[in-house]
Amino acid sequence: MLSALMNWRQAANRHVVGGWPLRLLALAVALLVLLPLLFTVWQACQFEPAEARQLLLRPLVGELAGNTLLIVLATTCSCALLGTASAWFVERTQLPGHGWWALLAVVPLAMPTFVTSYAWVSLSDLLQGFYGAWLVLTIAYAPLIFLPVSAALRGMDPALEESARTLGLGPWACFFRVILPQLRPALLGGMLLVALSTLSEFGAFMLLHFHTFTTEIFAEYRAGFDSSGAALLAALLMLLGLVCLWAERRVRHQASYERRDRGARRAPQRYALGKYRWPLVLAFALQTIVSLGVPLATLMYWVTQHGDAAITPAEVSPELLWQATLSSLELGLSGAVLTTLLALPLGYLLARHPGRFSSWLESSVYLVQGVPGIVIALALVTLCIQFVQPLYQSNLLLVLAYSILFLPLAMVSVRSALLQAESRLEELARSLGLNWWQAMLRVVLPLAGPGLGAAASLVFISIVTELTATLLLSPIGTETLATQIWADTAALAFAAAAPYALILTAISLCSTWLLMSLLGRNAISGLGNG
Amino acid sequence: MSELSIQGVSKHFNGHSVLDGIDLTVASGAMLALLGPSGSGKTTLLRLLCGFERCDAGDIMLNGQLVSSAGVHLSPEKRQIGYVPQEGALFPHLSVADNIVFGLPRAQRKARHRVAELLEMVGLPAEFADRAPQQLSGGQQQRVALARALAPRPALVLLDEPFSALDAALRVETRQAVQQALEASGATALIVTHDQAEALTMGQQVAVLWQGKLLQVDAPQQLYRQPLTAELAGFIGDAVLLDGMAEEGMVNCALGRLPLRDGPKNGRVNVLLRPEQIRLRDAAAHPDAPRARIEQIDFYGHDACVRLRLPTLTSPLLARVPGHQSLQRGSEVALQVEGRASAFLQPA
Repeated sequence: MLSALMNWRQAANRHVVGGWPLRLLALAVALLVLLPLLFTVWQACQFEPAEARQLLLRPLVGELAGNTLLIVLATTCSCALLGTASAWFVERTQLPGHGWWALLAVVPLAMPTFVTSYAWVSLSDLLQGFYGAWLVLTIAYAPLIFLPVSAALRGMDPALEESARTLGLGPWACFFRVILPQLRPALLGGMLLVALSTLSEFGAFMLLHFHTFTTEIFAEYRAGFDSSGAALLAALLMLLGLVCLWAERRVRHQASYERRDRGARRAPQRYALGKYRWPLVLAFALQTIVSLGVPLATLMYWVTQHGDAAITPAEVSPELLWQATLSSLELGLSGAVLTTLLALPLGYLLARHPGRFSSWLESSVYLVQGVPGIVIALALVTLCIQFVQPLYQSNLLLVLAYSILFLPLAMVSVRSALLQAESRLEELARSLGLNWWQAMLRVVLPLAGPGLGAAASLVFISIVTELTATLLLSPIGTETLATQIWADTAALAFAAAAPYALILTAISLCSTWLLMSLLGRNAISGLGNG
Repeated sequence: MSELSIQGVSKHFNGHSVLDGIDLTVASGAMLALLGPSGSGKTTLLRLLCGFERCDAGDIMLNGQLVSSAGVHLSPEKRQIGYVPQEGALFPHLSVADNIVFGLPRAQRKARHRVAELLEMVGLPAEFADRAPQQLSGGQQQRVALARALAPRPALVLLDEPFSALDAALRVETRQAVQQALEASGATALIVTHDQAEALTMGQQVAVLWQGKLLQVDAPQQLYRQPLTAELAGFIGDAVLLDGMAEEGMVNCALGRLPLRDGPKNGRVNVLLRPEQIRLRDAAAHPDAPRARIEQIDFYGHDACVRLRLPTLTSPLLARVPGHQSLQRGSEVALQVEGRASAFLQPA
């Protein structure tokens, strides 16, 4: 108590906002975000060990576990191969049009997995099950490896490769003995992120009829109002997710391959491709066709079809379309604003007062990334029904759920934005006579503005393309673009789903393009989770 | 362990000529310092020697074998050249010992062949073998990089500005260690640098590269005393340039009648003196000597640079005197010149 008081005194002397109010606010936000996680753990602990064992050791759970592990391993490996190979050829060879290929490799992040699943499943039902899921997820998550690996390749010291070559290593030996070890942190980090995203994936698995933990949790929740069976599975899934997260953090900490940066460094040389040039261009073109071309073309096809053309005929009413779009946009905007506001006190604390308390808060908020969206949604639903009845099925709950889901995403940008608005500028403003909120308004917010805008945009895109929490928490009668696509595809009314999918994809692609053109390619690396 | 011969090598980038007709020979086992300012093309020459770039014209022969020519280009891994880049570039994921044996065949890598011997050669303690490169200082990393380059017993060792990334205190120590190691290994070495003090200390021969052309290749003393042009004189060290009239081995200039170093020249010349040749004497004791007034003294401890103003010259003169000589700013001194002067014919 006393030491905290002393800290407050110190903070007050530093002329930046600090002390008790800020810490309490940040703590409150962190607790809000941790609520689903803590509640799930509490729920799981309510089970008797015998009962828990009985629920967990069913053959069904064994099948689900097998499926989940299979898809996680398969997707991680295929994404690693595809992402690294693409990054290598784009960054380190004289591939024709490598700038374009780099851009096209990243765009799939902006397409929601359930839209891609919808496109593929409407083509043929051979693609249901494991192979369809593998294809869709590889396409969707390869950028999560492409981005860090290509950044690592760009930042590598060419002198290392040149030294290796003078020591007698040919190009292939050089790759395996020098470059790959240096790519390891970026590659491992990316692979763990892919694993985490695959664990949390829900929409694609449902639409492709591939049964994993997430689909089972949803099914059990829908089957009865007693969500206890679902809760146990949710806790198990959460555990797996947290293990992935912990492993990713370990990898990041161990990445201590520092480089002494003295002076200008020459750009790495690009290898000539010779006779492999055009086959490689063909391969990249094929990749783009499969990851972007086919889904978009399928979308366009179904849009032009009449409602009867699909397996299940259904009418598309313009009214419903308009309403769904409005709902999505409304929820997206309000969620973005709320999330950014909630992220501000935390981000400010981290930027201005780094220390044990703030890094503890940061870690706990970061934990939420390891919790799959369905687990969070389920926890919130159960909490609401049991304790806060009036909040159930309200827009507020949905927006709160979004905030919890996407706060870690927002916090990264908010914190770096606030770091850019340096504390000494704020202190300067205070010394010139402004009080704390004037300094905030006139100095900090203008400087941090672009970064905060980026955070809000990322959250907006994520909310508009979010399916899981929306399905569980949206008020009856509220339909968003995502839920409509879901409902129509589940009913095999492909033509009816098409306009919604088109609008959703358009919104997502445009916002992502805007964000990328303003802030560069790496700005969107946070998308694709949940 | 092998002779390097560069003949007529040229290279241009985007129509801009970076190297123009370079002819250079380094005898087997000798050390040559390649000196040039930034942008003179010395790094390009190094990269051509290593094989990272192709020559546009000319031949490179290493130990009698044609390594680069029109139609011949041996890839870097086959040239057996040891390369020490500017900042060491040790592989961060390997220990010091693993770095040193990196270029050796697998059996020798496992046996840690010659690690102890090489560490001793570069002057590092044997305990460093298991350390990570990040735990070493810049100078130590540079020495490990040299050991790594020497391990496969290369025909030629190339060092790219090896000490420019080090702070002054480390520089001298590392330089001496590198010199000793290269001599002990008996390798032919080419050191590229923009630091003239480094070039003069390290090489048995110094080659000056200026805007893509090789201006002069000479022993350090020769280069310092008898540079070929006045600009070169200014680049190699501080130069005192005066107008003079030469006749039969002597030259008349503002500092009196001085003996010329290289043969008789006649006519108007630029006289080159080095500041340390100018001695300051008591004005009263030397009434005939030319007079100057001390304008500024920069004291460096071991010596001092004195700026002198002569009545006959428009611009001030620089002299370098031993640190123990006590001088007063504003006082008048007599000037004496020790040693011979060099002369360049003035352009017509």
